[in-house]
Amino acid sequence: VTAKLRWRRAEGADRFQCAAYIGKRLSPAMLSWCAGEGEALMADDSLPRRRFLLGAGLAGTAMAAGIAEPLEAQQPTASPPAAASPQEPEPFVTLTALETAFIVAAVDTLIPADELSPSGSDCGVAIFIDRQLGSAWGGGGKMYRAGPFVKGKPEQGYQLALTPREYFAAGIAAANAWARKTYGKDFDRLATADRVAALKAMEGGKAEFEHFDARAFFGQLLSITMAGFFADPIYGGNRDMIAWKMIGFPGLPATYADKIDNYRDKRYVAAPQSIADFS
Amino acid sequence: MATRLKDIDAVVVGMGFSGAILARELTKAGLNVVGLERGADRNVAEEFTLSRLRDELRYVVRLELMQDNSTDTITFRNAPDELALPIRRFGAFLPGEGVGGTGIHWGALHWRFLPTDFRIKSVLSEKYGAKAIPDTMSIQDWPVSYDELEPFYDHFDKLCGVSGQAGNLRGTKVAGGNPFEGPRSEHYPNKPIKTGTGPAMFSAAANSLGYHAFPVPVATSSAAYVNPEGITLGRCEYCGHCNRTACESNAKASPNVNLMPVLRADPRFELRTRVFVTRLVYDKAAKRVTGVVYTDMQTGEEYEQPAGIVVLSSFVFGNTQQLLLAGIGEPYDPRTGKGVVGKNYCYQFEAGGEAFFEGREFNPFMGAPGMATAIDDFNGENFDHSGLGFFGGGYIACTNAGAPPIGGRVLPRGEPRWGAGWKQATTKWYRSNTRFNTQGSVYAHRDNFMDLDPTYKDALGRPLIRLTYNGTENDHKMSRYLVDKLESVVKAMNPTHYDLQNRPKNFTIVPYQSTHNTGGTIAGSDPKSSVVNRYLQAWDAHNLFIQGASVFPQQHGYNPTGTLGALAYWSAKAITEQYLKSPGPLVHA
Repeated sequence: VTAKLRWRRAEGADRFQCAAYIGKRLSPAMLSWCAGEGEALMADDSLPRRRFLLGAGLAGTAMAAGIAEPLEAQQPTASPPAAASPQEPEPFVTLTALETAFIVAAVDTLIPADELSPSGSDCGVAIFIDRQLGSAWGGGGKMYRAGPFVKGKPEQGYQLALTPREYFAAGIAAANAWARKTYGKDFDRLATADRVAALKAMEGGKAEFEHFDARAFFGQLLSITMAGFFADPIYGGNRDMIAWKMIGFPGLPATYADKIDNYRDKRYVAAPQSIADFS
Repeated sequence: MATRLKDIDAVVVGMGFSGAILARELTKAGLNVVGLERGADRNVAEEFTLSRLRDELRYVVRLELMQDNSTDTITFRNAPDELALPIRRFGAFLPGEGVGGTGIHWGALHWRFLPTDFRIKSVLSEKYGAKAIPDTMSIQDWPVSYDELEPFYDHFDKLCGVSGQAGNLRGTKVAGGNPFEGPRSEHYPNKPIKTGTGPAMFSAAANSLGYHAFPVPVATSSAAYVNPEGITLGRCEYCGHCNRTACESNAKASPNVNLMPVLRADPRFELRTRVFVTRLVYDKAAKRVTGVVYTDMQTGEEYEQPAGIVVLSSFVFGNTQQLLLAGIGEPYDPRTGKGVVGKNYCYQFEAGGEAFFEGREFNPFMGAPGMATAIDDFNGENFDHSGLGFFGGGYIACTNAGAPPIGGRVLPRGEPRWGAGWKQATTKWYRSNTRFNTQGSVYAHRDNFMDLDPTYKDALGRPLIRLTYNGTENDHKMSRYLVDKLESVVKAMNPTHYDLQNRPKNFTIVPYQSTHNTGGTIAGSDPKSSVVNRYLQAWDAHNLFIQGASVFPQQHGYNPTGTLGALAYWSAKAITEQYLKSPGPLVHA
């Protein structure tokens, strides 16, 4: 849904503020929220009616066309959509079964279930990693991949030819080979205490993978796990905004100009909202 | 064979802050101007919107607005005898791409350099004796003074709707501002933005030690404001997502919001996006650049755009690379110290840390990079360097920049990084810490420079620019001194715990540190030691005007954009008032 908004009269800061939204596309929920903020944002009721009708006629293409729709026509979102049920099976589209087992075991060890949150995979972190590795980023998007490939100094950063997808495939295979050598089975088959010990060995540089840097791999694994736990839930992790609730991060819309002074040394609590709640 | 296009009065290469300013000033003077931008057209109505921008993964982690390294990158090594390797994905610094350039995702800290910074070599010689400056320290005086630039600083402040507290108004000290700043002709356009709990505690602690705390100046309007272009800016919402992201409130200054709407409406201006300028066409005998050659990335066609004036306003690396590829100016040779193009690459020497206050509630997600207080007591020549063994300095700040959940969490050193213990620790400390930063200068060293890489090429087959850089003994000493001073203030804040980190010995291309890269096409009074004159006109091509931080002779202890914008207006005035009347060198060597 698109709304073309116009700033009516410049009468102080709130009125000026809505100038920022002129011509911008807003979701119904965002529009509703904007309208509630000091009535700064008003639908452009001066727009010819025929443009609205044209927009209505275009139905699904209204968004792309940038056609106005009066505020009255907007239905504010009654409540955030129900969170995806953790029980509902979600297909892995990038990782193999063996890789999935490793990632699930790893994220559940890095983020174990306790009173603060469900386990990493129950929060969607494994699904997040699967989707990220299948994304443009996972395929090496925006990455310089011309050779020659030379092992540089650590100061020169990542110098492998592998995309993130390829890197994780190689890293998981190397980690499992090391786990079999050290413990007699793949990482995901280990008991919890051994998984913890194995990850600590990788983190501390004590695990020696064949032809792969175990410490660097652990760093990448931890990094993508944390991204999945704390990113907006639209990416599959942080299910039900559980990680945000855990630390007290309020999510969207994150407009605090009128709250800073009232919450000095006082905790600001809000039921978190995510991008999906404003879509 | 490139298709030759119709001649145009002026072509601008790179549509970041300085490119947009030059395009605006030249069209205002009646010229027809083409703006060339190799990235996307970043349209405010489309992209600077909620809820899109509240996506830390897209913008902060995956670097949505940054240069595409698959098309073009730089190579890096610490020293001239090492093998440079390509930066495969940016880390330490993050140049932007697309209309607005790095001016979209910056934190918008908006400083001026000190009057003494502009004549730093002379000042050091006068105060400590010429022999006190090491032979390897290739610092130079600027060819322009603070007083000359002041009206242009002032204009850029207004374009950006800068929020701050004056400390020196036309020579009169003003309480609450920075007492060390150069005289300002006018107050900041907007009052300072709100102060967070941590920065307020920092101010109190710093003042208790006899230092002079003040709110940092920031190009984020604290209230509604109409800039000199007639564009209405919104007020900062303290969303905490500013860094690496655009602003939906039109409060953080960007070329896209603060200037481009006027340019887009001007029939004398034409914007071409996704066009990659591969070379400047140089007529060495005539000392002119006759135009530029570019590839249209959407069609694969190559064009030559002839132009009367060429404005080179890409990033530091691109500016230097274009000159080296075109053979304009003598390439710098670190062995002899001769040559100028690529000389005096400098970075920003930042260090800092965090303090933790058990049980306190700082609401760290409410913030802005400019929600900061600072002291300037240990910047530039604001303090005596006798016996210290180094020159330079920087401001020391406490910042509440916002704490998005993926990257905005910090833990006391020694706490677990994962597992059940980590969950408890990150939950305990997320809302109860504040951060510090020292914005150290980098005084040029003869071994830190740029040239063309002999091996690696970009997607259009051109040699990549090669960066040779490492932190110097001088700058490490300076930085440790600033961190020591910072520690005294942090202790006075009485935290439960604090961690401060000195910089590692070697500069490393990961993790992120600062996007303040400078030098390579430096400005000066002598063509033997500089690439452009005081009006940013190339000594070796009188119709070529080079913009941006690549003209800084060295980097001082402040964020560079305020000075970059002032220089753009200064240069534009020289073009429109002097050069157009009599095209030719504006300074005779």
